[in-house]
Amino acid sequence: MPATALAEAGPAPAAVTPPTAPPSFGTLALRWYRLNRAGLRATAIGVISLLAFLMVWHLLTTYRVVFFVRFTNVPSPLAVYASFSKAIHDPKFLMHILLSCRRIFIGFSLAAIVGVPLGLIMGRFKLVHEIVFPVAEVLRPIPAIAWVPMAIMLWPTNEQSIVFITFLGSFFPILVNTLHGMSLVDPVLVRAAQCLGARERSIFREVYFPASLPHVFTGLTVGMGVAWVSLIAAEMISGQYGIGYFTWEAYSLVQYADIALGMIAIGVLGLGSSVLIRGAGRLVMPWSAK
Amino acid sequence: MSEVSVNTPKGHIEVKNFSLAYETIEGAVQAVTDTQIHVKPGEFVSIVGPSGCGKSTLLNAVAGFLKPTTGIVTVDGERVSGPSAERGMVFQQYSLFPWKTVRENVEFGLKMRGMPRSQRERAARTLLGLAGLEAFEKHYPEKLSGGMKQRVGIVRALATGPKVLLLDEPFGALDAQTRVIMQQILTNMWQRLKISVLFVTHDIDEAIFLSDRVYCMTARPGSIKAEIPIPLERPRQQSMMMSSEFLALRRGLMSLIREESLKAMGGEINDMGMQGLNIELHGHSLADVI
Repeated sequence: MPATALAEAGPAPAAVTPPTAPPSFGTLALRWYRLNRAGLRATAIGVISLLAFLMVWHLLTTYRVVFFVRFTNVPSPLAVYASFSKAIHDPKFLMHILLSCRRIFIGFSLAAIVGVPLGLIMGRFKLVHEIVFPVAEVLRPIPAIAWVPMAIMLWPTNEQSIVFITFLGSFFPILVNTLHGMSLVDPVLVRAAQCLGARERSIFREVYFPASLPHVFTGLTVGMGVAWVSLIAAEMISGQYGIGYFTWEAYSLVQYADIALGMIAIGVLGLGSSVLIRGAGRLVMPWSAK
Repeated sequence: MSEVSVNTPKGHIEVKNFSLAYETIEGAVQAVTDTQIHVKPGEFVSIVGPSGCGKSTLLNAVAGFLKPTTGIVTVDGERVSGPSAERGMVFQQYSLFPWKTVRENVEFGLKMRGMPRSQRERAARTLLGLAGLEAFEKHYPEKLSGGMKQRVGIVRALATGPKVLLLDEPFGALDAQTRVIMQQILTNMWQRLKISVLFVTHDIDEAIFLSDRVYCMTARPGSIKAEIPIPLERPRQQSMMMSSEFLALRRGLMSLIREESLKAMGGEINDMGMQGLNIELHGHSLADVI
């Protein structure tokens, strides 16, 4: 009987294939292609679609199309590229980007440091939930941009009020998703831990926390998106530096190519930060890797 | 391996004058009433009964998850007041921690007890070896088959050397072949460890094949309808399931349960319904006819 038990647990049949000469480079490349065909296809189509977008943009601006929307003053991709190659050597442009990144880093980190533990505690202790939840629900629908005047009153410096706006933007998605994760923890897993001798503190650390991590990371991803939205709005209104301010300033100074450059920079920065969070999630939760 | 290889049988379970009711808006619902059961040290006892009869409720009370409304549950004379590592539990849904590898799952109880890492790693490896799972120690549960998951579940429950093992329909979700193998593995482990087992199932064959004694419960509110000793000699082979002795036990248990199942279905099957099915009752009870 143990033999059958072992057979069921036996390793994959890979071990059974007879040893052969190492495959040539050609066969390996072909195999790699077959295994990754779907991914390659997606990449290829993605590149084509981006190129098509650039092409349409180029044509619309070259011929200054006016059809409901006016492309007369819109910079062409080549003009934007020219201002990009100039800006990349301009320390002022780099400073704008660096400052925006710093604000995101501080505001978002604070939101995560406060939001995740608060969500975990609210999910575990009813009283805390009952006290905090109503206040959070009232404040949550207020868009971060509506906080700008209040933030300017609250904080002594502009820098602090912008970081505060960024914090607020990412705080609520993080809190709400963490809470949601806590509410979905399988009670059977809690029971399993209890009959293995786990007490309250261990159950929190070993069951509730890892079980809600996937939702915590959903919250962090959404929070990061909203953090950028809030930051740019705050910078456009009250900033003196930052990529949002750069974009708005370009409009005031009639530097049309810089408007598009600022927008693209914001897009790339936002994309980069969500990629970072997703990567962190994969590192922290190796079990959920597909 | 001192945690698991203890030679004196232990774990005397006693449930006396047990009843359990829970409150609903319509009033108290009696789940289990007036129940006495006991499991002698080293004995393998099953509870069978129609679905919803409260057999899992009874098991959860022995585990310490539910407080009896009246009566008392003791293990080796000590009153059960909450879950503890002394009573290992195996769940139908496997309930392995998805964020822990197979070995970390098995180590969990030892970790809760404060055993140093290297020591508990060694203990877990030895146990996994006994279950034929050493090749999978670094896998996450998601990657395992149902049978392997449940083997990990059993090994995890046994790792801390509990006095009793409680199993709640542990093989209910497995296919027939895997189930037979799992029954053998469980029997082997039980005989080697000499601990008491309380096993809840709705599978009559499984109950007879595994047990020294079987309790049959009535429909809700559940109570013990009959207690059937299983005098089949050990070690038991699959072929015994065709013996006349086995079949006689099976017939007896079958009719007991069928009566209760019909009761549990209540008004759903009545004389009128049976006429529609062209079955004449001729004054016999429904249970005799079916």
